[in-house]
Amino acid sequence: MLRIMCFLLAILASGITSADVSAVYGFASRSEEQRYQNLIAELRCPKCQNQNIADSNSPISKDMRNAVYQMMQEGASNDEIVESLVGRFGEFVKYKPDLDSRTFVLWATPAIAVLGGLLVVAGVVVRSRRAGTAAPALSADEQARIEKMLAEKNRNGKA
Amino acid sequence: MKRFLLFLPLLVAIIVGAFLFAGIGKDPTKLDSALVGKPVPVFSLKSLKQPEATLDESLFQGEVTLLNVWGTWCPACRDEHADLMWLAQERKVPIIGLNYKDNRDDALVWLDRLGDPYRTVIYDPKGTLGFDLGVYGAPETFVIDASGVVRYRHVGVVNVEVWEQILLPVITKARGNG
Repeated sequence: MLRIMCFLLAILASGITSADVSAVYGFASRSEEQRYQNLIAELRCPKCQNQNIADSNSPISKDMRNAVYQMMQEGASNDEIVESLVGRFGEFVKYKPDLDSRTFVLWATPAIAVLGGLLVVAGVVVRSRRAGTAAPALSADEQARIEKMLAEKNRNGKA
Repeated sequence: MKRFLLFLPLLVAIIVGAFLFAGIGKDPTKLDSALVGKPVPVFSLKSLKQPEATLDESLFQGEVTLLNVWGTWCPACRDEHADLMWLAQERKVPIIGLNYKDNRDDALVWLDRLGDPYRTVIYDPKGTLGFDLGVYGAPETFVIDASGVVRYRHVGVVNVEVWEQILLPVITKARGNG
């Protein structure tokens, strides 16, 4: 009897804790929850630098998730939420930095790489074309000489 | 033209090398504060040492101060404590403490045992002011000028070297302009 009681108590207790965890963040709709998930996935933890705040267990990430949730409940837009965190922790917390003079090279690098690759390809193509057309045609005289040489070679081969 | 192309890899290596060389020695875990040049955030919190007193941002008006973020749970804060004592006693630097995510009893015992370098300590058990200041790990030390504007934020332990090479120049400049 005691054992059963203990068992029931344990189940009850576990029910309480798990309900507690899911009750931390309640969302009005599925899309709101998705918006929250997207936001915390694109914000970077300033302490554990290669994690977003969704993945990080650090206390500061927890505080940041709380702040995101609170601001969402107060009806803030995504931009407002991100800007408010950037205002505290700096541009660093954005995994997608704004396009400005400092980040221009960063954003332009893929385009520069593609452009560079295209230039190399274009260079190779142009050069091979030029080589193709520039090969001097044989004059009638040379043609006759070649045929004579080939004929001679054939004869030698047979002999 | 062909000659030039032969030097292209060298050119690329020099550019990339210069770029990477500039990054050597930078500690990526130390971020510039987003608050530099901005006033200390608005807050209203209790004092650690006088629980009935309420403190706000006007605390930072009037002279250049250091704002040191600490907690008894933070081992590095223990390391820098002796240096803070030295700053307060030998160098007469006004230091305001921000007791961050801590509890009052532990914090008071700490100050009692190790000495109290702080002119005033703001008690921030929930870390609200810390969050507004962009604190992401104690200890952090802010230089705040006479009009309450954040001039600099140092992440990590303050010691004699940090004081002489980093904080003192910033403070001297803040005093000059304020």
